[in-house]
Amino acid sequence: MYKTVTPEDCAYFKSIAPGRVWVGDEIAEDYHHDELGGITRAPDVRIQVLSTEEVSAILAYCNRERIPVVVRGSGTGLVGAAVALEGGVMLDTTAMNRILELDPDNLTVTVEPGVLLMELAAYVEGKGFFYPPDPGEKSATIGGNISTNAGGMRAVKYGVTRDYVRGLTAVLPDGTVLELGGKVVKNSSGYDLKHLLIGSEGTLAVITRAVLKLLPLPSRVVSLLIPFPSIEAAIGTVPEIVRSKTAPTAIEFMERETILFAESYLGKKFPDRASPAYLLLTFDGESAEELERQCETAAKLCLSPERGALDVLIVDTKERRDSVWGARGTFLEAIRASTTEMDECDVVVPRDRVAEFVLYTHEVARLTGLRIPSFGHAGDGNLHVYLCRDEMPEDAWKEALAEGFRLLYTKAAALAGQVSGEHGIGYAKRKYLASQHPAQVSLMRKIKAVFDPHNILNPGKVV
Amino acid sequence: MNILVFIKQVPDTTSVEVDPVTGVLKRDGVASKLNPYDLFALEQALTLRGDGSVHVLTMGPPQAEQAVREAIYMGADGGTILSDRKFAGADVLATSMTLAAGVRRLGSYDLILCGKQTTDGDTAQVGPETAEHLGIPHAANVLEITDLSDGHVTVRVNMDESIETLRLPLPCLLTMDKDVNTPRLPSYKRKLAGTGTVDILSLKDFDDRDETRYGLSGSPTQVERVFPPENHTEQVVWDGEHLGERLYDYLKERKFVRGGM
Repeated sequence: MYKTVTPEDCAYFKSIAPGRVWVGDEIAEDYHHDELGGITRAPDVRIQVLSTEEVSAILAYCNRERIPVVVRGSGTGLVGAAVALEGGVMLDTTAMNRILELDPDNLTVTVEPGVLLMELAAYVEGKGFFYPPDPGEKSATIGGNISTNAGGMRAVKYGVTRDYVRGLTAVLPDGTVLELGGKVVKNSSGYDLKHLLIGSEGTLAVITRAVLKLLPLPSRVVSLLIPFPSIEAAIGTVPEIVRSKTAPTAIEFMERETILFAESYLGKKFPDRASPAYLLLTFDGESAEELERQCETAAKLCLSPERGALDVLIVDTKERRDSVWGARGTFLEAIRASTTEMDECDVVVPRDRVAEFVLYTHEVARLTGLRIPSFGHAGDGNLHVYLCRDEMPEDAWKEALAEGFRLLYTKAAALAGQVSGEHGIGYAKRKYLASQHPAQVSLMRKIKAVFDPHNILNPGKVV
Repeated sequence: MNILVFIKQVPDTTSVEVDPVTGVLKRDGVASKLNPYDLFALEQALTLRGDGSVHVLTMGPPQAEQAVREAIYMGADGGTILSDRKFAGADVLATSMTLAAGVRRLGSYDLILCGKQTTDGDTAQVGPETAEHLGIPHAANVLEITDLSDGHVTVRVNMDESIETLRLPLPCLLTMDKDVNTPRLPSYKRKLAGTGTVDILSLKDFDDRDETRYGLSGSPTQVERVFPPENHTEQVVWDGEHLGERLYDYLKERKFVRGGM
């Protein structure tokens, strides 16, 4: 059992982080939950940390005193990973938000964990560099992105957060500071603990600094918005595009219903809404000719009678990108605004099974009586499926939700998919992970015990 | 309804560099695009077209064909480029003179639409001046066309502090305000199909071929100096009480906000 936080504990925390400790009722309601809501619990203490040394001192103390610790960035998670399920201390990293160094010789940028994704992107792009991971939630912190191994739109061509972490500074529960990796490009020096920490959702250590890999900024970017007569036709075209060797950075799919939600959420019209389903492709490159060739190949493929696209619309200027991608970035909020309550499923399936899975969500909607809009990264197999309560009574909703999740996760497993593509396991998806991979979860629990023998770091999450 | 839309090709950049010696815009190596403000006019025209036609008109070098083609991919039926070395170096007066001559040459139309300004020149004068040369009424910064009947158009106009409703007889010229609609996207299908024709007219095609009325020689505006604005990076840091009030007073003193309510 954990110790209840006492005034003496708080006095210690205040000596480490003077003026940055909030206790009990002083903690705003925002810190009781993450973005999806549903899972709610107030931490006993919220500490805004500023340095690795502060984190180390607080962790060592909590480890000794058996006080649970949860790390929180912007709180934009969707699976309850940053909720203080057992109370205790919440380490708030948002004030550790300095970009420490951009190293053009090693093509790296060194950041503190509270830097926001949008701040990092703007900073490096202003200097002609490119940090490719591009999750929809731009106000998430880099620390959160690393802790969930966030993916995003450009994963098709560039990979996910894991592929861009060169080094980590992390603090173990006993206060030990680890330097993992670094600016080196290659590393075959023993077990790769850095990769073990990436995606561990704050259960193994606290990340206090990251060295991230950068690429040169592609000078030209063009997207194509492609209307199709049906969702089957749209998603059925994705494997053809993958096979065409045109190397899009993103292949997103969306249904008209979601676009209409985004329009009403933003109070702004989308450039096209006449068709039932759309694919959104992006290409990048250095020369206009190279981009033109990629776009033309993809356009001709989609417009062929076998694929049946209704048109291929060109998104080639900042204004056009803003009108299309701006709406795409609000889909989650827009769907949430369209219903009374919702929960989400972020499964990933092999790319050639995406169409089958999306059609199955329609079947699940029919079987459970739930409205289930979806959108997602068709190009990497990662779908965002939303189960919406609307006007359903509480009991029926709980039952339908449980049944909906059961059906969706069973189907994903049957298609050789995984429980989470990029949002993580946190608290909400734990039972689905345990039932799909019992042997792996058992091993994960042993690893967790080695890092955190007193189970003070984010208890009740992932494993 | 037969509609003409004025368009212009502008540099696709937000930071135009000026040569400090010659004072000329550096356009080399800078990609071009259709003036974003014109897209709102074009979208409005395509919405109003019905059984009629939408034709775009631009003055520029032959490369402006790219901008005209883009308008065609968006849905315009065709376009005309007014291109002649003698049109070069035009100020707003000479530009509007040239566009008016082009409109007369093209023949009948019901309505002319343009963007409220361009992102490179930013004068917002070419549309209204062209209407004056053509002797037709005009309204600038139009937010919405509320009625189109009996040979008249009723529009709501953004006067910054108020909105004015005007009724104009056709033909007339309207400049459309920013963000009044979401412009449709260019279609690859139209591009691959080779839809629409682009014509080029030069001075010899005009009725009025008096060279002194066009280009540099027709421009009373003499540019003395062009220079990039200075960058101010001065920072003021305050600490302590009543920071909101201090900030308000500071901004008011510098006329960034208006005092009194």
